[in-house]
Amino acid sequence: MAANLERQRHIVDFTVASLLRRKGKNGALLAVYTVIVFLLASVIFFTHALKQEAARVLKDGPEIIVQRTLMGRYSPIPRSYADDIREIGGVQSVRPRLWGYYYDGSFLANYTLMVPDEAPPPGEIVLGSGISRLREAFPGDIVGFTGFDGRPQSYRVQGLLPEESQLVAADLILLAESDYRQLSGIPADQATDLVLTVRNRKELATIAEKIVKLHPDTRPIIRSEILRTYDALFSWRSGVVTVLFTIAALAFVIFAWDKATGLSAEERKEIGVLKAVGWESSDVLLLKFWEGLLVSLTAFLLGTALAYLHVFAGTFWLFAPVLKGWSTLYPEFRLTPFIHFGQLEVIFLLTVVPYIVTTIVPSWRVATIDPDMVLR
Amino acid sequence: MILHPGVLSLLVSSLLTLVMTFAAAGFGVRILRHWDLASGSERQLQLERRTYLVSTIVSYTLGLQLISIFLFLHTVDDLSSLFVGAMCAVGSLSVGSFGYPTLLLKIATFLLAALWLILNHADSRGYDYPLIRWKQWLLLLLAPVILAEFISQAVYFLALHPDIITSCCGSLFSVKDRTMATEVANAPPLPMLALFYTTAGLTIAAGLRFRRRGRGAYLFALLSAVQLAVAIASVVSVISLYIYQMPSHHCPFCILQKEYLFIGYPIYLTIMTTAVCGIGVGMLHRFRRAESLGEELPRIQRRLATVALWSLALQLVLATLPIVSTDFTLR
Amino acid sequence: MIRAQGISKTFNAGRPNEFRALQDVSVELPFGRTTILKGPSGSGKTTLLGIIGCMARPTTGRIYLGEREITSLPERFLTGIRRQTFGFIFQQFNLIKGLTVLENVMIPAYPLGEKHGLLRQRALDTLELFDLGRKAGAKVDWLSGGEAQRVAIARALINDPLVVIADEPTAHLDSRLSTEFMAIMRRLKGEGKTIILASHDPIVYDSDLGDLLIEMRDGRIVRGGERP
Repeated sequence: MAANLERQRHIVDFTVASLLRRKGKNGALLAVYTVIVFLLASVIFFTHALKQEAARVLKDGPEIIVQRTLMGRYSPIPRSYADDIREIGGVQSVRPRLWGYYYDGSFLANYTLMVPDEAPPPGEIVLGSGISRLREAFPGDIVGFTGFDGRPQSYRVQGLLPEESQLVAADLILLAESDYRQLSGIPADQATDLVLTVRNRKELATIAEKIVKLHPDTRPIIRSEILRTYDALFSWRSGVVTVLFTIAALAFVIFAWDKATGLSAEERKEIGVLKAVGWESSDVLLLKFWEGLLVSLTAFLLGTALAYLHVFAGTFWLFAPVLKGWSTLYPEFRLTPFIHFGQLEVIFLLTVVPYIVTTIVPSWRVATIDPDMVLR
Repeated sequence: MILHPGVLSLLVSSLLTLVMTFAAAGFGVRILRHWDLASGSERQLQLERRTYLVSTIVSYTLGLQLISIFLFLHTVDDLSSLFVGAMCAVGSLSVGSFGYPTLLLKIATFLLAALWLILNHADSRGYDYPLIRWKQWLLLLLAPVILAEFISQAVYFLALHPDIITSCCGSLFSVKDRTMATEVANAPPLPMLALFYTTAGLTIAAGLRFRRRGRGAYLFALLSAVQLAVAIASVVSVISLYIYQMPSHHCPFCILQKEYLFIGYPIYLTIMTTAVCGIGVGMLHRFRRAESLGEELPRIQRRLATVALWSLALQLVLATLPIVSTDFTLR
Repeated sequence: MIRAQGISKTFNAGRPNEFRALQDVSVELPFGRTTILKGPSGSGKTTLLGIIGCMARPTTGRIYLGEREITSLPERFLTGIRRQTFGFIFQQFNLIKGLTVLENVMIPAYPLGEKHGLLRQRALDTLELFDLGRKAGAKVDWLSGGEAQRVAIARALINDPLVVIADEPTAHLDSRLSTEFMAIMRRLKGEGKTIILASHDPIVYDSDLGDLLIEMRDGRIVRGGERP
């Protein structure tokens, strides 16, 4: 047992010395390898962190949202619906919500306008940080919008939304009810949708059924469905990137194969000498194994560490557009650092494993060189 | 199908494993047909060189399968939030009919690969490759099992769509629908615990007897296999209860999580190690008459038995720790 | 003794560049004696050395090391025997560039799993025997011809082999160094080692060191036997 350990130690020593002797070639391989790990790890860390954020944020949302549909599409809901929905057993509260989108042609951006419970006074608005940056509007400034009837409306910026809320509020504008109705044209007896809280979570499905029975033109949406949809969406998006990445990794694998098979004559001769002086094929295989492992582990650790910094300290500037999907308003925010083993395993399986597998046959070829090769 | 990175990487690595193993099996067939140690011909030399490639491939397969088992569990746990009613891996695995079979096949390939490597190690100690034919046959058994695992996993993942309604461990293990899983989980806990300690004790006794006198190798192997089944059943039906400190939480996968200090990993690893080494002792015993192995074979068997015994001891410690260290009791 | 029976070696059999290096060679090399293989280049000396030294397998024929037949052993066992029994000194020295003298000498013993400290000491002691102690930490790239040769010899001796084999040892040496080499061989013979030398250099085959002289030509033995 001890002899085996010493043998390993000797061979590892030799491997390290051997790797250091060819700094250029191994350095290039290590650099490419690290970049590949870095890219993949960044994507994986980021999407997972986003999923966590979204889940956290949505956790406190309403449990059921009731929308009205007309001709199969969304339509504003009469506020009177709230009264009879409130009577359904198990419903704790019903509240109409007023919100909508606004397309700003001059800046090519979509804003979300909302009337919160504690709305600013008429004539004043609160801006999300993304909009503030885009339109360079700060507290005290006047911003103008075009109403549904073409008439311009202007408001004074009362304040900005806090930076921490960027993920969901970068493109948000809070305003008073009267202002919003004037801007959007939605009649006084209607709302955008209704939000419900229920007493017992298990009753969600039953309550949803009852709502539809009462008002067949409504569509209740359960919060967990939203969460699931977001989850699926983030997974899908990151899945797409992963697929693209796998294609890139294939190129890397080809490079690794080339490097492994194209051992220079000098390297082959060196292995021949080892075999001639008494190393077995299994010893050389061990040498090659350690070589692959040391290079892989270094690239893996380095790439993962850099990705961690990139995503959680550097806000992921490389990939943000693809994954966040907003057009002109990029929230700048710090994600909560979060990694667990599952992600590391995925990165490992998609980078280290293909590399090691491609080196199996070339390593074997070189390990089974005839010892008498050096004689000829 | 759900384009989750975990799913993609599992499919990719399973494919790699499949290709590697079939290549190895292909070489194995050639070895079986043309092997002639005495000939010294060029082809024989090539075949001998090939055996190194085959053993390297199987070693990597083993490592890969181990990682893949744990990643599989992580991924299905992650995916569980997409299914109505699922709260952890148990829920995801209950979707469709290929979830649990995939897991079982992964474990089976891991065990087979480990046993092959033990056989290979013994074979390399003999100067005339005494076990070469048996190795290739075992490889030919391993290959289709890996194919089955690949297909099962692919079908399972392809059939997954978010929003499917499934069950969580609470209902899976509830008394209402009686399946194999519920039978196991609802086995009376205290008698189950007694069974666990009894089989462990018997296995230890058989192992010690083998080490001391070289007899009872098959008995030891058999008991190790039984211990594997009993240990897993015990984890589900009683030990998990002590770890979670809840009388109805039977989930075998939650113990792999951070909240429980990842204690599931050492428990399952020791269970597998004991099984592999114990069964290995019995497997090798068949070849004890091989001349070229001489004294080597018993030595290898003894070492395997030692590892199995230590691993079983650790298993017992890990299983008993939650029972004695908390004041939760099932009585 | 080492016995070779009916050894033939054909390279690239069945292909257009088929080459018969050895044809039906049979020799007996007693332990503790020195054998010299004489013959021009291409006569098969190197190939025969490789086969006797367990580095290659013959196409046909058998090799016996003492009582044990070793031709059909798997590579693993053959290599094990080779490590313990044979120390090979190559014509080109074949030291690994970029490594130190000490590392080069220790390499053949790495797979044996000896404790590092012990191995290192043994390697240093061996280097001392050849007056190379102070060069232990030097890279082999910077050694002179004579020093390199002595490192090659030290490497061949690290596992204390029974037999020392040298292939054209004086090919790259001047007369002075060649004589020095023969002196070292004499010393080893005095320690009871079996020595097998292949050379077409008169300094080697005319010396009185050899107990057996075997002459080869075109892959066959043309004259062989005890030195009169």
